[in-house]
Amino acid sequence: MSALTADRAARVDRPTRRRRRAPNVLTYVALFLISFIIVVPLLWMLLTSFKTDYDAISSPASPLPNPFTTEAYTTLAEGNLPILRWLANSVIAATGQTLIIMITASAAAYALARLEFRGKKIVFGAIVATLLVPGVIFLIPNYLIVDNLGWLDTLWAIIVPGSAGAFGVFFLRQFFISLPGEIEEAARIDGAGDFRIFWQIILPLSRPALATLAVLSFLTNWNDFIWPIYVLLSPENLTLQPGLSVLQGTYSTHFGIVMAGAVIASVPVLILFTLAQKQIVESVASSGVKG
Amino acid sequence: MANSSTGIASPPAASVLRAPLRGGSRPRGAVARRKTLTAYLFLAPFLVIFLVFVVFPAVYGLWISLHVWNPLLDNHPFVGLQNFFDLFTPGSLTFGDFWESMGATGIFVVASVPFLLAIPLLIAVLLNRKIKGGTIFRGIFFAPYVLGVAVVSVLWRYLLDPQLGVVNAVLGLLGLPSDIPWTVDVPWAWISLVGITVWWTLGLNTVILLAGLKGISADLYEAASLDGANAWRQFTNVTLPGLRPVMTFVVTVTLLASANMFGQSFLITQGGPGTETRTAIMYIANQGLVQNQMGAATAMSYVLFAILAAVSVLNFRLQRDNTK
Repeated sequence: MSALTADRAARVDRPTRRRRRAPNVLTYVALFLISFIIVVPLLWMLLTSFKTDYDAISSPASPLPNPFTTEAYTTLAEGNLPILRWLANSVIAATGQTLIIMITASAAAYALARLEFRGKKIVFGAIVATLLVPGVIFLIPNYLIVDNLGWLDTLWAIIVPGSAGAFGVFFLRQFFISLPGEIEEAARIDGAGDFRIFWQIILPLSRPALATLAVLSFLTNWNDFIWPIYVLLSPENLTLQPGLSVLQGTYSTHFGIVMAGAVIASVPVLILFTLAQKQIVESVASSGVKG
Repeated sequence: MANSSTGIASPPAASVLRAPLRGGSRPRGAVARRKTLTAYLFLAPFLVIFLVFVVFPAVYGLWISLHVWNPLLDNHPFVGLQNFFDLFTPGSLTFGDFWESMGATGIFVVASVPFLLAIPLLIAVLLNRKIKGGTIFRGIFFAPYVLGVAVVSVLWRYLLDPQLGVVNAVLGLLGLPSDIPWTVDVPWAWISLVGITVWWTLGLNTVILLAGLKGISADLYEAASLDGANAWRQFTNVTLPGLRPVMTFVVTVTLLASANMFGQSFLITQGGPGTETRTAIMYIANQGLVQNQMGAATAMSYVLFAILAAVSVLNFRLQRDNTK
């Protein structure tokens, strides 16, 4: 991240005559066209959720609902499928997992970034190695483990196993390493122990990185699909993503209702994205730029 | 998302700051033991979850793959490497279906990866120009990616519905064929799956490639233009070589993401027509968690892993050789 910023700062001082080609009209036409292709389906989803069943499949399709109705949402709220429960489950699971990741990953990253100890290389190597293993390897064994723990069909299955991901530790370790050592050294001379340094110096200095990790963790858990569709079984225990799959099966041609479900699953993450766009995009952008 | 946002860049100062803060000597004796104990106390909460849900299952999976493992039965007969042999024996119970699903994954990878690289590269080049509203465009292009595969899939399943969908209706209004079987026949189903995946994830590769473009020195472009290189020559001789390290990362991540495709097929085509768009992950999950053939399914997951690892290594080698 800091490599990027430094780079950007360096470029400001330099004359950028040839560097960034001046845009022509075609550039804007292309960018607007792509934006159109991205935005129209999303708008269509929103508009369809306010249509009647008949209106949603009428041809030629009119973009605006006619009549405008919240019928799809009331059907969902009052129907047999407890979508509000799914929403609550999704919020609980994503928040719970984010909290666990924040606590466990930051403590582990502190040890790996700031402490010297025996076995450090092995522990870090093992954590990094798992970044490259595809998730399907863990699918069946973790299903059995979760079953043995009695967590099948409970939110524990959605919260705990996923918080073991190596990404959070790796991400925070990179950030902790980049923090200057002087304040920490001064605190040590004043007699502060490792825990106080971690809690009162490292964590407060790392707020931006912690916030980014929290948002990314929340999104990852919220959007996970393959794991919850297999470990959550009863309708009242589902989260929104497997719930959408059930909705699609139950209301296959009632598109207004399915789109209303999709809107409910989208709004929280789109709000989060709007608020934290910069952090999300920049942390992802820097993932490919290596020193 | 975690999968694709791995490998965060290490700051340049990392190696300098990494040295222990006091004196820089290696820990010794009682002090060292106490330091090690403290470190493991910090590591403990993560390591417990990590051992139980990452390290143990990776080994446990290998153990399962050596058995006929039906979770509903108490007895799981040990069969050695039979599950693996079956996957390479034509005519065995799993051979045909497994390799058909691997073939489907292969088709998806080959069909999707070029678009998932070329389109984001084009957009990144456009965004790298001096434009107004660059951040807004970037935000719009990235937005679908924060939606889950389920939202994106049910949305497009509706838009592409062959009878009732808007896409065919619009094509009809334009005087084009309005009966395209987007979700129910090949090759249309593949075109839909690839198109939806591009729509969903193009922002991801765009922002990574854009960061790479911004890292290419302006002097190189200046030198090239002084030598009389036109825009295309600058692109091939400055931009592409300059992007090489970032490109290697993007190619690897994109290959792996496409090879792990599951949700789109599951929700949009249900693997159909027949089982033509049933991907390897879909087949493995179904065999293991629905058909209760856990031994065979874990064996398949390890074969898939081995092939993906080989492809990744090959990709790294190729990219490295190209740099020389």
